[in-house]
Amino acid sequence: MAPDDVPFLPRGVRLHFDKVRDTWVLLAPERAITLDAVGHAILSEVDGTRSFGEIAQALAAQYDAPVEQITGDSAGFLGALRDRRFLEVAP
Amino acid sequence: MKIPPPIAMLAELTHRCPLSCPYCSNPLELARQETELDTEIWARVFREAADLGVLQLHLSGGEPASRRDLTQLVLAARDAGLYTNLITSGIGLTERRLQELDKAGLDHIQLSLQGTTAEMADAVGGYKGGFARKMQVAEWIGAIGFPLTLNAVLHRHNLHQLPRALEMAVEMGARRIEVATVQFHGWALKNRGALMPTHAQAKEATRIVAEARAALKGTLVIDYVPADYHEDYPKRCMGGWGSSGLNVAPDGQVLPCHAAQSIPHLKFDRVTDKSLSEIWYQGTAFNAYRGTDWMAEPCKSCDRKLKDFGGCRCQAFALLGDATATDPVCVKSPQHGWLTSQTQAELQGAGTPALDDPAAGEAGDVFDTSELTYRVLPRP
Repeated sequence: MAPDDVPFLPRGVRLHFDKVRDTWVLLAPERAITLDAVGHAILSEVDGTRSFGEIAQALAAQYDAPVEQITGDSAGFLGALRDRRFLEVAP
Repeated sequence: MKIPPPIAMLAELTHRCPLSCPYCSNPLELARQETELDTEIWARVFREAADLGVLQLHLSGGEPASRRDLTQLVLAARDAGLYTNLITSGIGLTERRLQELDKAGLDHIQLSLQGTTAEMADAVGGYKGGFARKMQVAEWIGAIGFPLTLNAVLHRHNLHQLPRALEMAVEMGARRIEVATVQFHGWALKNRGALMPTHAQAKEATRIVAEARAALKGTLVIDYVPADYHEDYPKRCMGGWGSSGLNVAPDGQVLPCHAAQSIPHLKFDRVTDKSLSEIWYQGTAFNAYRGTDWMAEPCKSCDRKLKDFGGCRCQAFALLGDATATDPVCVKSPQHGWLTSQTQAELQGAGTPALDDPAAGEAGDVFDTSELTYRVLPRP
């Protein structure tokens, strides 16, 4: 995931609040992934218009954390979702 | 033991289907149309499922497109807040119907593939013209933009088509392919001798999948169900009986898995008599093999018992007449040697088209279908 990449959730992938288990999940084709607070925070910023660099800046400000650390953590998380085709990067 | 809520529900809307695949996962005794649940009851069951904790709903059959109220059912499922997946052969879907399903909010389509050529696919499905129709439906699915999974069902006669199936998935724009080697329950068990891949085929398929996974990373996700009987350890019974999924049959019986009716002493509750929650938590069929207390040796003291849960309960019953026995596919089962010698005898002299035979996709498609028992619906 490069700073200029604009990530988005493709059709058929969406955030969902699971009332029964009291947690956020990512729903995708035939899969449901339980999100921890960090995962949910990152995906909540993914809106298909802002770049990965902008998202990392926003999260760093919001959580008062070094932007390098946020960038590293979120690139790994989003990259794994991309490999499974649960996340795409705008062309 | 704390019982977790289910994540997925398979709704078998009907057992009717234009195809008659000899490995159909429906039970040998198929439900007649007049016993099928109506739209309102299904809608209530979807709401109960969402309240119970189900996130993923799989609309299946038979062929779910054989239900005239399919669009209404998708609407009801989305209203209930469920992620809605349609598992279909494509037969019975028109462009207009797909557009209606799109408007109703259908999330995803899983399209089955019986072969990569018309000759193969139509011979396996027992339905002339089915392949051409399916290819047309795949085009409409792509044009509308539905997320697509291709489900290629493989066995001795079509395993050589696996490389082409992978190419087709990419060409169709599928995000995922399920490479599903036939598992021997119900109809497939009847046809085991004819469908069982050879050991060489099973090994080759595993190699092809591993290579394709590396080559297609980020383009196509490959889920792989390896050949039944060829591994050292058995399949994980539903990831644990009654732990993550449930299945509602066309007549409203609620099953722990699609093959559970093959265990004759189990009693299944119906959605017309009890709530889904009561059935999931208190039903005798769901509690029969939950956890590990029911296990005997060698499972009881096995360090893999929470990995594969003793293997498939339905398989243990079908092969040994005892649903609490160790699945004989497991190398640790005392009956493993007996099963191996049986299947080796069945594979004696089994002819298979060569994987790298360029003609195999054309002339090699013709195989003797007279040895197959196709599924049939009872006459009304």
